[in-house]
Amino acid sequence: MAKLNINGQVRDVQVEADTPLLWVIREQVGLTGTKYGCGVAQCGACSVHLNGQVVRSCILPVGSVKATDKIVTIEGLSANRSHPVQKAWAALDVPQCGYCQSGQIMAAAALLARKPRPTDRDIDDAMTNICRCGTYQRIRAAVHQAAGKQA
Amino acid sequence: MKDTKTSAAGPSLSRRSFIVGTTAAAGGLALGVRVPFGSGSAQAQGSTGAEVGAWVVVKPDDTCVIRIARSEMGQGTLTGLAQLVAEELECDWSKVSTESITPGQNLARKRVWGEMSTGGSRGIRTSQDYVRRGGAAARIMLLQAAAEEWKVPVAEVGVAGGVITHAGSGRKTTYGKVAEAASRLTPPDPKSIALKDPKDWKIAGKPMKRLDTADKLDGSKVYAIDLKLPGMLHAAIKASPVFGGKLTSYDEAKIAGRPGVRGVVKVNDSTVAVVADTWWRAKSALEALPIVWNEGPDAAQSSATIAGHLEAGLAAKDAYAFRKDGDAIGAIQGAAKKIEAVYSTPFLAHATMEPMNCTVKLSADRAECWVPTQNSEASLAALSEQSGIPLAKCEVYRHDLGGGFGRRGGNQDYVRQAVNIAKHFPDVPVKMVWSREEDMGHDFYRPISQCKLAAGLDDKGALVGLHVRISGQSINAFVNPAMVANGEDARQLQGYTDKPGDAQLGYTVPNLLIEYAMRNTHVPVGPWRGVNTNQNAVYMECFLEEVARAAGADSLAFRRALMSKHPKHLAVLDAAAAKGDWGKPLPAGVHRGIAQFMGYGSYSAAVAEVSVSGEGKVKVHRMVLALDCGHAVNPDQIAAQVEGSVAYGLSAAFYGECTVQNGRMAELNFDRYQLLRLAEMPKVETVIVPTHDFWGGVGEPTISVVTPAVLNAVLAATGKPVRSLPLKNVKLV
Repeated sequence: MAKLNINGQVRDVQVEADTPLLWVIREQVGLTGTKYGCGVAQCGACSVHLNGQVVRSCILPVGSVKATDKIVTIEGLSANRSHPVQKAWAALDVPQCGYCQSGQIMAAAALLARKPRPTDRDIDDAMTNICRCGTYQRIRAAVHQAAGKQA
Repeated sequence: MKDTKTSAAGPSLSRRSFIVGTTAAAGGLALGVRVPFGSGSAQAQGSTGAEVGAWVVVKPDDTCVIRIARSEMGQGTLTGLAQLVAEELECDWSKVSTESITPGQNLARKRVWGEMSTGGSRGIRTSQDYVRRGGAAARIMLLQAAAEEWKVPVAEVGVAGGVITHAGSGRKTTYGKVAEAASRLTPPDPKSIALKDPKDWKIAGKPMKRLDTADKLDGSKVYAIDLKLPGMLHAAIKASPVFGGKLTSYDEAKIAGRPGVRGVVKVNDSTVAVVADTWWRAKSALEALPIVWNEGPDAAQSSATIAGHLEAGLAAKDAYAFRKDGDAIGAIQGAAKKIEAVYSTPFLAHATMEPMNCTVKLSADRAECWVPTQNSEASLAALSEQSGIPLAKCEVYRHDLGGGFGRRGGNQDYVRQAVNIAKHFPDVPVKMVWSREEDMGHDFYRPISQCKLAAGLDDKGALVGLHVRISGQSINAFVNPAMVANGEDARQLQGYTDKPGDAQLGYTVPNLLIEYAMRNTHVPVGPWRGVNTNQNAVYMECFLEEVARAAGADSLAFRRALMSKHPKHLAVLDAAAAKGDWGKPLPAGVHRGIAQFMGYGSYSAAVAEVSVSGEGKVKVHRMVLALDCGHAVNPDQIAAQVEGSVAYGLSAAFYGECTVQNGRMAELNFDRYQLLRLAEMPKVETVIVPTHDFWGGVGEPTISVVTPAVLNAVLAATGKPVRSLPLKNVKLV
């Protein structure tokens, strides 16, 4: 049994403590926007925010998450896709297959929260998620565009 | 080692005969067959409104729902096809939506929507004619309905943006208002329809936004891996790590009592699965399950044994002479200067971001399957064949794919596995998901090959002879050994043909010999984005670069001198060179490379700007790619595909290799199978040079020129040719 605060809602989940947070989010909580890609924290498809920091939830045991920790998934990032990152992603038609984009968007949102005006180098360092369709050029442009539109 | 391969995983005769049979029935567009939709489709069921011909449903609020038969896996085909239909339909683009048809519906309506297979960059080019006619037929029917209502000649009725007008009387109506009446009219003969001149396009040919972006931004898109059904169970699976190995035994008692586990299933003679109430519990239990494999003789295979097997093919007496123009061997022997080299490329995995998965529910007389597939009809056939339930009682719900790249096409291995698991749980939907390790270890890999090349230059530095000998594995031999039993597999020579139209070599060489020595292995192979154009472009374009340097010639000028009979290849090369500033100064330490190739009916060329650090690290700064795909349906999505092909190509060039150790793949996750990340992505500029006189592919053509352009720039930087991929294994300084 664990208590999790996900997207502002406290949830009780019945699950083994060593279950990765990713699978608790997907299978117990039922939020499937957070994706499984590798299970070894390489690809970042499972990226969520934990107390404002981007983390790779596929290797984070749920037992290590406290009831007071605030978890935000892609579903909780904004209402109606209104986050500047989501708007920029739409404006530049970033996604191709889209499977990695939840993680990319969460990584970009965390970067902008920390660095409202990131340089290319900041983007290189922060955006390490894998996109197999190769949307990187548009991701970079969209992060800059989102930065420009942030209040 | 075997030279031909038979595989239980390959498609069986009955599936092939279904595909052949249905292809034969695909002949023209059968508009006006108004059979109600079957009850199976989650997607199509949602449409209310009137079906005006098979391709368009018009709702009372003027929304035009365009039916899509091909798979969307990121490549943008859905939007492009909708643009083509909407162009002829003359509807309001802002009121267009799409719905996918299912293979069961297609079969029930005698394949009114044609082929559903999506691969070979054919999604648009092989359906553009009949989908445009579908849009035009709907327009004609809608205008006819308005004319009949107004009792005026249809020739006096016009339309723009879905608003129908009669100039003489000033009357006006909309598609939504006449759709019901239009749906009852007899559709025109598709052959009688005059399609628009692409010069007049207003929706097609324009950089429209994709129609399928919104739900990719907030996590609401349901990929097949995300599917939730009432009572669903979850399966994790493990196949013999050694290809061709068998399952000897497993000790189910050792995982008894683990939470959520519902059973252990022998899937087939080489595969076991654990089924549980969640996937994580299934996977954890599977990892704890003791399994004994009979790995078989191929456990002795390694990258070294395979390399030796291929190397022998380079020198073998017998080979398939694919092209024999003049006397290449004699010309090279008598040449003033001779150049020789041996190149090699490795096995590669597709590594789609969404791992293989499939959900199946079997009942006594019904089989259903939810799956990311590039070929819904092949999935349907596999479902029927594997379950024993007749095709008419089967249905496949295709979810948009989290990447395809050729992995999810003809080989329906994962559908067959999921059916076998579901057989143990009647009336219960079972979702099987592969771990990344399973995905990387059981792919249909890009085939491995080696290539020996020799060229002769005369005393003026002109190319007088070229001999290309490829030794390597054949995709066709893996799929159907009988098809290429004599070793004559032209597919492995993709890009080298003299026939215009699809994958023609852009050079005229007076004496040319191109040969193929088929050398198959125990590793399953299949099409991988760009298929054999990837390896063959590296061999041809990197070796020609070596030859140009031996001739003391400029890379561009040397190629141009061989291309006078190939004006389209040449125009694209020139476009890349111009936009890529060929011949202009560069910052210190930066070097250019150039390459051109043809595949999938389209012409591609690239210029790369590259630097090599003192430690031998390669950085690609900028790439310019030129593409002539004939008609350009959506320039922005073409640019997206070009950008993507650069990332996919550079992943392979820098890091990509699947090595064989003890008969199995060594790289099982992204820690060892590295992929390009954002920091390494060069600036990509796309130059579309459409000649508007043919329909070429887009998703695959440009990937072939990415690696050779980069390697040629590395050669310019270091003076040393890179002849073996990936770059991570090559010591440059």
